[in-house]
Amino acid sequence: MEFFRIRKDIPFMRHALVFNIISVITFALAVFFIATRGLHLSVEFTGGTLVEVSYAEAPQLEPIRQALGASGYPDAQVQNFGSARDLLIRLPNRDDLDTSKVSQNVLATLTAVEGSSPPELRRVEFVGPQVGKELAADGSMALLLVIVGIMIYLALRFEWRFAVSAIIANMHDVIIILGFFAFFQWEFSLPVLAAVLAVLGYSVNESVVVFDRVRETFKKKRNMTTPQVLDHAITSTISRTVITHGSTQVMVLSMLLFGGETLYYFALALTIGILFGIYSSVLVASPLVMWLGVSREQFVKPKKEKEEAVV
Amino acid sequence: MNRYPLWKNILIGLILLWGLIYTLPNFYGEVPAVQVSSAKATLKLDAAEMTGRVADTLREAGIEHTGIFSDAGSVRARFATTDTQLRAKDVIERALNPDPADPSYVVALNLLSASPAWLTSINALPMYLGLDLRGGVHFLLEVDMPGALTKRLDATTGDLRTLMRDKNVRHAGITREGETVVVRFRDAEQREAGRRAILDSTADLALADRNDRADDFRLVATLTPQAQQTMRDFALKQNITTLHNRINELGVAEPVIQQQGAARIVVQLPGVQDVAKAKDILGRTATLEVRMVDDSPGALEQALGGSIPFGTELYTERGGSPLLVSKQVVLTGERLTDAQPGFDGQTNEPAVHLTLDAAGARIFRDVTRESVGKRMAILLIEKGKGEVVTAPVIRSEIGGGRVQISGRMTTTEANDVALLLRAGSLAAPMEIIEERTVGPSLGAENIEKGFNSTLWGFLAIVVFMSAYYMLFGVVSSIALAANLLLLVALLSLLQATLTLPGIAAMALTLGMAIDANVLINERIREELRNGSSPQAAISAGYDRAWDTILDSNITTLIAGIALLVFGSGPVRGFAVVHCLGILTSMFSAILVSRMLINFIYGRRRKVDALSIGQVWKPAADAGGK
Repeated sequence: MEFFRIRKDIPFMRHALVFNIISVITFALAVFFIATRGLHLSVEFTGGTLVEVSYAEAPQLEPIRQALGASGYPDAQVQNFGSARDLLIRLPNRDDLDTSKVSQNVLATLTAVEGSSPPELRRVEFVGPQVGKELAADGSMALLLVIVGIMIYLALRFEWRFAVSAIIANMHDVIIILGFFAFFQWEFSLPVLAAVLAVLGYSVNESVVVFDRVRETFKKKRNMTTPQVLDHAITSTISRTVITHGSTQVMVLSMLLFGGETLYYFALALTIGILFGIYSSVLVASPLVMWLGVSREQFVKPKKEKEEAVV
Repeated sequence: MNRYPLWKNILIGLILLWGLIYTLPNFYGEVPAVQVSSAKATLKLDAAEMTGRVADTLREAGIEHTGIFSDAGSVRARFATTDTQLRAKDVIERALNPDPADPSYVVALNLLSASPAWLTSINALPMYLGLDLRGGVHFLLEVDMPGALTKRLDATTGDLRTLMRDKNVRHAGITREGETVVVRFRDAEQREAGRRAILDSTADLALADRNDRADDFRLVATLTPQAQQTMRDFALKQNITTLHNRINELGVAEPVIQQQGAARIVVQLPGVQDVAKAKDILGRTATLEVRMVDDSPGALEQALGGSIPFGTELYTERGGSPLLVSKQVVLTGERLTDAQPGFDGQTNEPAVHLTLDAAGARIFRDVTRESVGKRMAILLIEKGKGEVVTAPVIRSEIGGGRVQISGRMTTTEANDVALLLRAGSLAAPMEIIEERTVGPSLGAENIEKGFNSTLWGFLAIVVFMSAYYMLFGVVSSIALAANLLLLVALLSLLQATLTLPGIAAMALTLGMAIDANVLINERIREELRNGSSPQAAISAGYDRAWDTILDSNITTLIAGIALLVFGSGPVRGFAVVHCLGILTSMFSAILVSRMLINFIYGRRRKVDALSIGQVWKPAADAGGK
């Protein structure tokens, strides 16, 4: 079996401008949605209490809301989670509440509601206000560290032009994932943050593979122009690109199907990240490298110096 | 050229064997067990002795066990069935706690790994499952450091007042203002005298002058940074110790009590469902009381006979002998500012040194003056019940607030007593700032979901790789399985906590690890397409792919490490597995797969074609048309 039977290098660079315009538009849309709708942050970031309970039979939501309101939690959000039998109750942090008692009180209230059997407690999460702020700060620090770390590595190993283009291309992936989460108001939790950062590392991967080929082609084929070199590098790695991403996507798809509620958004973030990752790291990063003025001399020169030094 | 030297093959083989052995314990599951731990803060469990007692008790009752294990604070016995487990629990309970109303030991039902003893003895344990997988409670507690500081400064205020009086320095008032203690003087000379007096008595205070008006001379005292640091460390360590003692009471199998950052403590109680009780135990405050012992002749005998004299209570000493203690409280723990283990200056015996604040020192001096030769008892009061920590004899009048308790004590005992005294007096208040509870059914479901996602994803990749790359695909799949094996072995060895995001990371890492083999296989096909011989294609394919694999793994690793450094909770669980997975994947994707390929092709003199799927050559195809 061989999926890719490509006779000639595909002239990707001829359409570079089109790819980048598509990118810029998606990027602008993502930024627009993040700015106007904002992210639906999970309790881990905002602080508050979350109680997940499971009933033997699907309960009526209205009596539960009223009961919670009557016991001093009028701001409680009650919704179904996964199935009609499972409920998720969210409570924001308030200064006048004894936070350590909230989960017990909520459960006691639920048990007292008439017309339904007492629920089984599945999960409680309580996050104090100070913890939430720290998590947000730590998340941003992690993102910054990843960006700086990867740029330094790529600059040392390749060239600063590669580092800059790879980071621009991949930051644009991250913004687009966030844009999706903002547009659909999917819950942005800690595992999703982990997925976003993993995507950053993973999709740089893709750029690295292409750049590696670019460097090799520059050294080997002396009669090619820069766009031709890039076209050749992308064409000769495209088979690997699709197969690798396909394999990873199979895993992620498996998580999406079998992983349940907890892994659902995690897998969703990865899916978007993988799809846009291929596109951006190949079709956005490469033109950027070209426009930043990459040329053969940048790779061939150091070798000569080495030889002179030996003599 | 496609052969590995023997040592390399053996090394890879050994590493895989190691991986297999350390993965094994995960397959055995869990068996019922009974856990014994101490129920009292003053009672320390002697593991060796308790192991013997449990074994004897079980033998007498004719109950068979499959092994008794012990660690620092508990002894656990394994049983074949739940029935024997329940019977054993009853028997042990009766033997260890003759008085059910006042139990000395907690006997709890538990689960233990069923892996055979030889695996346990080489430290091969099953992976440590996080709370989201096994169910339980997680708390993040914050110690109220500002509160502890205020408490300390309030005590300092009182101390300075006494000091000034003792040294005959006249001051115009001592008050605490925020995080400082301000001493006012009427003139500069008195202030100078005051400064000398303070500096002579303590090194913990930093002093500064402040003159607001001509006749208002002030000395502003702040705790030095070192003193503050010591105080914080102390408060934290103190709270951790107290938590350890209290959590024993819950009979939890593997509680985690760890410091996190400068002022926080993580408490994880696997398997605990009764959150209310857990919170009650964590939030309980212990107090310390000093009372006099009633040793009037006949009183103790009378009390043991059943009629306790009026105004007294009967307690049991650490050694087990009964003690009659007056109900009247001489001193409470609030007057105690420090308790440290140490040695007697003259006899060199182990001792506990107590420091009382000014008011406490005065009371203590008065009491000891009147009761030389009598005994006093120091009691730790928790949940309305008291325990005697120590009951020393008063040898002489003790003034100045420095008290030493010595005699009939080992170094360990001195340490324990000091800890208990601090537990009842110095603990800074704690607040729960994060709580997670996961029910047992959700935990089991999470394991199943995580397992299923990994399994189906893995199978799909194996099927695709084998179909697309034929024999090379099969080899890649075996390498991927080796990766999973090594990853699980590493996680078991390090006892890193595996959470649901951790399982997700495992699945994701497998999906990404196949990249290395795809790169290699594509390279080999390319070399073949360019007309290389099969052997040369294998060699060149692996060599050329290496650079790319290294680069791409390092960038992924950078992201993983950033997550590890800045992540907390679920993110860290993800990052640990992700980082380890990248490392194991480099080993298995390159070395293991190469070894297998070498075994298959490297030994043959002549290889006509590689089983790597169809290699399409543009020229040949064009010619055929």
